[in-house]
Amino acid sequence: MSFLQYDFMVRALIGAVLTGLMAPAIGIYLVQRGLSLIGDGLGHVALTGVGLGLLTHTSPVLSAVLVAALGAVAIELVRERGRASGDVVLAVLFYGGISGGVVLVSSASAQRGPSLSSYLFGSPLTTDANDLMLVGLLAAGVLAVALLLRPWLFAVSHDEEYARVAGLPIRALNLTLAVTTAVTVTAAMRAVGLLLVSALMVVPVATAQQVARGFTATMYLAMAIGVTAAATGLTVSWQLNTAPGATMVLLTIAGFVAVTVGAGWVRRIRSRQAEHPAQAEPHEVVLDR
Amino acid sequence: MSHPSAPSSEPALRVTDAVVGYAGRPVLHRVSLQVATGEVVAILGANGSGKSTLVRAALGLVPLRSGEVSLFGVALRRFRDWRRIGYVPQRLSAGSAVPATVREVVAQGRLTRRRFGRRPSTADGRAVVAALAAIGLADRAGDPVSTLSGGQQQRVLIARALAGEPELLVLDEPTAGVDAGSQEAFADALRQFVADRGTVVLVAHELGPLAPLVDRAVVLHHGQIVHNGPVPEPAGHHAHPDHDHVHPHATLEQQHSWVGSWPDSWGA
Repeated sequence: MSFLQYDFMVRALIGAVLTGLMAPAIGIYLVQRGLSLIGDGLGHVALTGVGLGLLTHTSPVLSAVLVAALGAVAIELVRERGRASGDVVLAVLFYGGISGGVVLVSSASAQRGPSLSSYLFGSPLTTDANDLMLVGLLAAGVLAVALLLRPWLFAVSHDEEYARVAGLPIRALNLTLAVTTAVTVTAAMRAVGLLLVSALMVVPVATAQQVARGFTATMYLAMAIGVTAAATGLTVSWQLNTAPGATMVLLTIAGFVAVTVGAGWVRRIRSRQAEHPAQAEPHEVVLDR
Repeated sequence: MSHPSAPSSEPALRVTDAVVGYAGRPVLHRVSLQVATGEVVAILGANGSGKSTLVRAALGLVPLRSGEVSLFGVALRRFRDWRRIGYVPQRLSAGSAVPATVREVVAQGRLTRRRFGRRPSTADGRAVVAALAAIGLADRAGDPVSTLSGGQQQRVLIARALAGEPELLVLDEPTAGVDAGSQEAFADALRQFVADRGTVVLVAHELGPLAPLVDRAVVLHHGQIVHNGPVPEPAGHHAHPDHDHVHPHATLEQQHSWVGSWPDSWGA
């Protein structure tokens, strides 16, 4: 582990591990509702926040959190109405967000430092102590919401009508989830970048759900996959001198493909073994009246 | 559980002159219905008669164009005591591929009684186990619900409602397309709930093994109540004594069989 003798590498690793932990923890609720791409859209919106932060010489992460959270609330309100024109509204929001971001960031970085691509695709090696502190705080908040509110967020994502009749505060829970998603996207910006973060929210969940039996098990397994992919991806990118964020995502996808193929084989073998009726359930339709 | 909020003389459910329409198409025309506590009321009717809409409106899932709903004597808009209600929807939402175990789904029923961020209590755990036992799926608790048959999934939904220990159980076509074994398990669970002084509102296309439990039947036709009283003998194919299969997609002829035997003068 020779690369850990460098402080910047240790900071990068901590940032990557936090990202791998929190992204699937919140991503599972998005996957459950069929909103897998919402994280990507919020990444687009967050870029405008980055640009605003750079122009006003405030923390780009904090301004990105604010703008992405506003975007998330807007998206949730559109979703709640369930309008057919909703996806057009989303398209306008997402492309407006990224275009505004590109304009603002490019005019800001004409004066100084960080390039557009470091926000879009991540630059974990440039994480400084302040960045890491902020990412740590945001990750703690995200994990607190994702884990402590799990039964409630699970219920509202699983069956919203039932949750309504159970008297749960549907709108508050949905807005909490939306804002937490925005925070996750922004906190993961340094490690994997705004355009790649959605992969770490979705793909580990898609991998875990093929082998896990329950929601909680899927969540923990997805978090383990996310952490492993993020840490391994950073290490591999150090050795091969590749882009760290993209390497993490490629590894996550490789894991997804491997598990999908493996699970398919296992299912085929099991169904071949199950050809004997002893393996089947007892007949449900017993007409003994 | 004691509920000091409403006197026991109030009906569990009161619907007054309810009017509901989807996209300009009227579905319920001034429907009024009262269900006393301890009563078991079946809401019958053909597909499209408005029977599901009636209970969904009673729970606030469908907006009323006019009319009023009160639950345990409290107007729906001010009603907050949702732990007294157990709702069993028509089917498990198709949802996504994220798996959930039977126990996880049934445990949702306890959320009406749990504080935010709190861990489940031993009472929560006991209620989930009891509900699973009541519908005969205790041995499937750790299995993903997606691996269960349609009838078993329906039983999971009633277990979820029972786990919340409600006073009023509202079931929306719980036995549609459900195999005979599951229908019997369903009837057993419901019988136990009724024996414990529970109130039941049950939407059904036909009652099957649930018929002996029902105190009163309300029949809807084209959004109006055409019968309110004892369970009517079904007409047509349904009259056959051995008839016990269900028609999720009834033919036109069968749809009309509910009203064929009642004179129009029975209309409300």
